[in-house]
Amino acid sequence: MIPAIHRKLLRDLAELKGQVAAISVVIGAGVMVLILAVTSLDAVQLSKQRFYEGYHFADVFADLTRAPEHVRERIAVVPGVDQVETRVRAPVRVEVAGFADPVRGQLLSIPDGRQPRLNRLHLREGTLPESGRGDQVVISEPFAEAHGLRAGDRLRVIIRGRLETLTITGIGLSPEFVYQVGPADLLPDYERYVVMWMNRRALANAFGMDGAFNNVVLTLQAGADRASVIDAVDEVLARYGSTGPVGREDQVSHRFLSDELDQLRVMAVVLPTIFLGVAAFLLNVLMARIVRTQRQQVAILKAFGYGHDDIALHFGLLTGAVVLVGCVLGVGFGAWAAEGLAGIYAEYFRFPEMSFRLQPRVLALAAVVAVVAAALGTWRAVAGAVRLPPAQAMRPPAPERFTQGWLERSRFGRLLDQAGRIILRNLSRHRLKAVLSMIGIALSGALLLLGSYQFTAVDHLIDIQYRQVMKMDLHLPLTDPTSEHALAGLRHKPGVQYVEGYRSVPVRLVNGLRDYRTSLQGLEAEPVLRVLVDAKLRPQRLPPDGILLTGYLADHLGVRPGDTVDVEIMEGHRRTLQVQVAGTVDEPIGLGAYMERRTLNRLMREGPAINGVWLMVDRSLEAELFDALWEVPRIAAIGLIADVEGNFRQYYYDTVLVFMGVLLLMAGTITFAVVYNNARIAFAERARELATLRVLGFTRGEVAWVLIGELGLLVLLAIPLGWLVGTGFALLLNEAMTVDMYRVPFVITPGAYAFSALGVLIAAALSVLMIARRLHRLDMISALKTVE
Amino acid sequence: MTAPATESSAVFATRGLTKTYTMGEVEIHALRGVDMALYAGELTVMLGASGSGKSTLLNILGGLDSATSGEVRYGGQDLVRASDRVLTQFRREHVGFVFQFYNLISSLTARENVAIVTEIARDPMTPEEALEMVGLEARMDHFPAQLSGGEQQRVAIARAVAKRPTVLLCDEPTGALDSKTGIRVLEVIERINRELGTTTAVITHNMVIGEMADRIITLRDGRVDDVQVNEHRRAPSELHW
Repeated sequence: MIPAIHRKLLRDLAELKGQVAAISVVIGAGVMVLILAVTSLDAVQLSKQRFYEGYHFADVFADLTRAPEHVRERIAVVPGVDQVETRVRAPVRVEVAGFADPVRGQLLSIPDGRQPRLNRLHLREGTLPESGRGDQVVISEPFAEAHGLRAGDRLRVIIRGRLETLTITGIGLSPEFVYQVGPADLLPDYERYVVMWMNRRALANAFGMDGAFNNVVLTLQAGADRASVIDAVDEVLARYGSTGPVGREDQVSHRFLSDELDQLRVMAVVLPTIFLGVAAFLLNVLMARIVRTQRQQVAILKAFGYGHDDIALHFGLLTGAVVLVGCVLGVGFGAWAAEGLAGIYAEYFRFPEMSFRLQPRVLALAAVVAVVAAALGTWRAVAGAVRLPPAQAMRPPAPERFTQGWLERSRFGRLLDQAGRIILRNLSRHRLKAVLSMIGIALSGALLLLGSYQFTAVDHLIDIQYRQVMKMDLHLPLTDPTSEHALAGLRHKPGVQYVEGYRSVPVRLVNGLRDYRTSLQGLEAEPVLRVLVDAKLRPQRLPPDGILLTGYLADHLGVRPGDTVDVEIMEGHRRTLQVQVAGTVDEPIGLGAYMERRTLNRLMREGPAINGVWLMVDRSLEAELFDALWEVPRIAAIGLIADVEGNFRQYYYDTVLVFMGVLLLMAGTITFAVVYNNARIAFAERARELATLRVLGFTRGEVAWVLIGELGLLVLLAIPLGWLVGTGFALLLNEAMTVDMYRVPFVITPGAYAFSALGVLIAAALSVLMIARRLHRLDMISALKTVE
Repeated sequence: MTAPATESSAVFATRGLTKTYTMGEVEIHALRGVDMALYAGELTVMLGASGSGKSTLLNILGGLDSATSGEVRYGGQDLVRASDRVLTQFRREHVGFVFQFYNLISSLTARENVAIVTEIARDPMTPEEALEMVGLEARMDHFPAQLSGGEQQRVAIARAVAKRPTVLLCDEPTGALDSKTGIRVLEVIERINRELGTTTAVITHNMVIGEMADRIITLRDGRVDDVQVNEHRRAPSELHW
């Protein structure tokens, strides 16, 4: 048997179903985003932790030219070092039967026939290469999937210019390559990049590393100071051509993973806050309205002995019901969306297993956050109902005080008709409510702006990077520095239209306590295929002396044009030079340092050398060109820039944009909820007044204008406010989402503003349409009989 | 001033009761020192023009409103200085209200409107019994909007008496009804007073209703103007206006 007071609750809910549904959807949106973000965060973090611990992910990584194996002992005795694993690492080119594009890869050694101590492999299928065999490899899973390769299949691999046919014994994953990108790439290209593992002896043999290693990884003892270990290891390895050991934070896969986790964290806080804030506001408006219309009912309940707690509980349950519906919606959609996102994550982050399970903890968190937001929104109204003295509540509320505002007395005011005056006085009488409603509508406009900003900004980023900066079609890294005369040979290959060489040197840039590892690129003074642009996208000329830094990097290092920066050269003969910062360039992707190539050659004490080439080609002749390029032994790999661009867009459309699309949809819902709620409440509160106007001879249209005009005015005022707030949101999100790898440019197009305004207007028009139906049915007599 | 019983049988007794409140920008002195009493089992009619303070007095007696100064004693208890919690308990256990505009909860049926009170009372009748007493057994599952004014007021009376209150306070119970329906409602009130012995106070500006009372208290400008004992109570059916 349901107590009568709860039955009243149920019937009130049924009566308010439109508004309850609208607010529930907004709460649901907040809960959904929260669940989505926290579940993803949990899943990625947990999978990462399990993989790292279970497979002994190393703490420090170093590349070098070549060191005899006995150097290993000297690393092992460095205080703080726990385990050391020396390896041979070889860049290779791979041919897959039936796949024309060039494939790059790296071969990593593992101890003969067994798992390495560090960065152990997780075998999806098959086995490790047999001990003593030199023609067997384990290949990375995403590459195997992309080409449909299975254990037992064969690959043709070119190691140091020598073609070998290798048999795949197993398919595996490594904690080192959770995010599997080629060197200098930003995004995985599973078709064109592969990681393979091979027995140490065989690889050393093929790569000329017998009794030596060119890569070492190590773990730290508990409590060891990583920086001092890195320094000590660097000292040991410096003379073997080390490019300097790095910690996990500079390990590519780990760094991408950390960036992703950071972004998820931002998302988990920012978006739910916005949604639940709006929901709290809507609840506040709705509950205040309910309490207002039910003041006599509250009084009756009190007259018959219902206490404060009973009244508070009654309205609390009303809110609770809204929150409950919102939570159910949010959890349902959140779980569904998390599953979708899991698919995307599984594509980009390769863990042995990633379980997107909805944890009770996350559910509880979402529920608590939603309840707190709702409580904040409802508290005032309910407290008002509780405090209402019963006798006062029995009396009709005193007529509201209206005054003539300055606007009405102005020249403009004299032009107003009666309806206009009613609108203006209503707004100025309920200033707080009008302002809050405006803020509510503005918030949804702001969200729409935020959503479309992401769309346009990322497009803009990709456009800048691949239309203005990277104009080349092909990128050919060379195995070793080579004389620039090699360029002449490339000019005559089939389809080649333009050739430009560069010299790239790994460096550590230091200013005081701040430092950053990157590569210093030596370019032509006026590069054609790799353009340096300033903030206004104008091409910049490289000065004969000095270094140009990406603006973000200059800020990171705390240097300005004219300052000097220490350039620690991490290749060959290690030295530190002081170079003047000649200026900054504005690039959305990567953190680079640039110099005129011959100046860099001089600093390196070498002739006019290059170690990479960019080509502009006739893409119809690509197949012939690739064949010709394969013949050149010094070409380490062939990178197709157009593919990179495609990958990048794909990545964004897959993840961020899908997410933002959902956001956009939800922002539309908010707009609708805010406007509809306002219209509905305004209508309910004014039905009597509007009926009176009808009785006095106003037409339906005139009466509608009194109601809709007020709403329209609020919406029109809210749109620019939404632009302002949305711009602020976009700026905040932009700051929060900025990572070293790329910086989304802060560009909001007029189209984004128009989109935000349009969204608000459409949602407003829909709400007004729904209210207009009620207006049409307005019954003059019964509305007048309603006792307030 | 004459009283038919001693002070000790008074259910309510007020002394020097004043009430001032503001409505909008206007300050209203509703009560300016009221001394009166209501005695056990009697039916009192309080007469007065609108603005004479009778509703305010009723609200204070019923614990709906607090006085600005003075004293209201209910049994041994001073209601003026009682806490909100005590007043809530007082209303819950001892008072039944009937209002001019019925004040039913529109989303609840007749039965549920009564149940909302019986569910929190200590020794109530069932909603069905209460509705039977007012002759509405056939319309228990109707919503207020489906009932006539007189029927709604009878639901309100059933709601007020279902908890078996010590006092029944009626504020213009016939004010919104035509005379025939009004008399039907007064018959119900009279029957409750007679059969259950509930101390009853009815406020009205209709002098005719005074003829069914044991005592008539007249209020004017926030003070008691006159108290009359009616030796010959008339049945409501004999009244007309």
